[in-house]
Amino acid sequence: MSVPQTLLDKLWATHEILRREDGVSLLWVDRHLVHEGSHHAFAKLAARGAKVAVPELTFAVVDHYAPTRNRARIEDPQIARMIKTLRTNARSHDVRLFDLNDPGQGIVHVIGPEQGLTLPGLLINCGDSHTSTHGAFGTLAFGIGATEVAHVLATQTVWQKKPPAMRITVDGSLGPGVSAKDIALNWIAQLGTDGARGHALEYAGSAIRDLTMEGRMTLCNLSIEGGARFGMVAPDATTLAYVEGRPHAPKGADWDKAVAAWSEFVSEQGAEFAKDIHFDAADIAPTVTWGTSPEQALPVDASIPDPARLAGGKSDSARAALDYMGLVAGRPLAGTPVDQVFIGSCTNGRIEDLRAAAAVLSGRRAKVPGLVSPGSAQVKAQAEDEGLDKIFTKAGLDWVASGCSMCVGMNGDLVGEGKRCASSTNRNFRGRQGRGARTHLMSPVMVAAAAVNGAIADVRPLLDGRAV
Amino acid sequence: MSGWTRHEGQAVALPLANIDTDQLIPARFMSVPRSEGYGDYLLHDMRRDDDGALLADFPLNRNNAASVLVTGRNFGSGSSREAAVYALVDAGIRAVIAPSFGDIFSSNAVNNGLLPARVDADEIEKLFALLGNGAAEATVDLKEGAVKLAGTTLYFALDESWRIKLINGWDDIDLTQQHAEAISRFKENRSQTASWAWPAAAD
Ligand code: SF4
Repeated sequence: MSVPQTLLDKLWATHEILRREDGVSLLWVDRHLVHEGSHHAFAKLAARGAKVAVPELTFAVVDHYAPTRNRARIEDPQIARMIKTLRTNARSHDVRLFDLNDPGQGIVHVIGPEQGLTLPGLLINCGDSHTSTHGAFGTLAFGIGATEVAHVLATQTVWQKKPPAMRITVDGSLGPGVSAKDIALNWIAQLGTDGARGHALEYAGSAIRDLTMEGRMTLCNLSIEGGARFGMVAPDATTLAYVEGRPHAPKGADWDKAVAAWSEFVSEQGAEFAKDIHFDAADIAPTVTWGTSPEQALPVDASIPDPARLAGGKSDSARAALDYMGLVAGRPLAGTPVDQVFIGSCTNGRIEDLRAAAAVLSGRRAKVPGLVSPGSAQVKAQAEDEGLDKIFTKAGLDWVASGCSMCVGMNGDLVGEGKRCASSTNRNFRGRQGRGARTHLMSPVMVAAAAVNGAIADVRPLLDGRAV
Repeated sequence: MSGWTRHEGQAVALPLANIDTDQLIPARFMSVPRSEGYGDYLLHDMRRDDDGALLADFPLNRNNAASVLVTGRNFGSGSSREAAVYALVDAGIRAVIAPSFGDIFSSNAVNNGLLPARVDADEIEKLFALLGNGAAEATVDLKEGAVKLAGTTLYFALDESWRIKLINGWDDIDLTQQHAEAISRFKENRSQTASWAWPAAAD
């Protein structure tokens, strides 16, 4: 009998062109997504006089530097130059560009799935670490650096060593106000930022099956914060329902062939995982980061930890983190005043995230200012159709255009020095949202609760009688 | 990129865990063309005050000729920005020694001739103690897989394919183009057996 295969084994086998003696494989790349940051890679290509090998599999989008206001006149010359460079590169290499005013514009990891470019069974690369997002479809998707981006552009292939497989199973039902974001922050807090280091991570279990595609994308997106190279969920009926009918999704006979092929992309009974870990969904509470690493996270009703009581190497980093964050050990996390809030990013900027946040904010006022940036122009249009924008603006938050925005601040949407931001993003690194900025990661509904309270707060009491 | 087998230089310790790529180079410097050099941006917000002046007691400022960096676990985690490696390389760093590295960072490092050398956390703690705030002569040998430093020899872990690549200074695109035939055969086959994997034309 043959050895039962994992989802990883199957995806790897269908993309492996050859394997070198040293065990490194040359893999075929089905989709390559580029953005303004790819300028280094295009420069490398130009230096060797090379062209993009397969332009029809390459898609470009303006997202990292996309202004979220006054797009018609970009004031910052650096930002204008970055966007212009991408335009020039896309044009000269015949690559489809989702430009600032394209109705399909948005954050690369939001628009891939939205456009039907992201499909089960593919291999997707992008010069961005959160490429793991696309794994939610049962896709081999991973971020690469500029040298590798240049390589994919020039050859439509990538060299990779097959990582060991890891599985996280979450069974049971999530409680009210608890979402994929909390599943992710919870496992990263428990296993650490290198808990999945070097592994291809597959999520399984009833709580994962019950997630929508949006939730699965949030979960796979954050896998990189736990060190995983890929985060994946096997495709199922939820996946098919999401993909069918999208602009670039297979049609007609191709659709039927695709569905048949995709049904194979599951881990077989008895397949071996190098690490196999279980969580119970009922144990997961709304989770908030208190430090400067995604592993420094706790349930919202916990107290800020005392560094002296943390194990080994963790106490020094906790001390440094509390110092940077301006927090006092032993105080409750809830009640920590925030200066502003942000809802958006490739982690939590999809329609479902906005609906959930709006359900909490409806008829309420935010005590602090904040920004809501939808993950794509389509998400923005849809939210406006549903009247969500009105809920946000009535609550006192700013409703702006789509892009990476305050997740990384490259477009100028920054958190001020020493200011504390409740944020639906993915990285609470020092200075990530601006020099000296203090970031607390949490789910969109928890950001909404922080807005309403002007402080970190448990969203659950705010949910009474509301459907989220 | 040119290959190397042996490097001699000054080692300094940066005894911090989780130095992510946002620390290595803050996002606001990433629009600069590489030709302008990235060395001044290395760990910018950690090693400079609000006015951009170097902080006298930061390890890399105290020993600005350092080319070997000894640091804590999970170095280079986070964003895939290769600019983090450019900042290290342009500042003269040839090897980073740590208990663990971000995966994408490691690949980026090797692609730019920078050695990400993995050494047990206990050994790293000893090095922190040995180096303190000062610098020490270090010899890094890729063939032996060893670092000699302050009278001790440490053996580091490094993927074999990466060791060979660092030594030879190979360019992947050149290597891959030798397989052009296998690639086009694969493409042809995939387009027949999995035509759905090509993007459908948008209506
Ligand atoms: S939203 Fe943030 S994490 Fe996502 S692609 Fe943009 S910068 Fe990266």
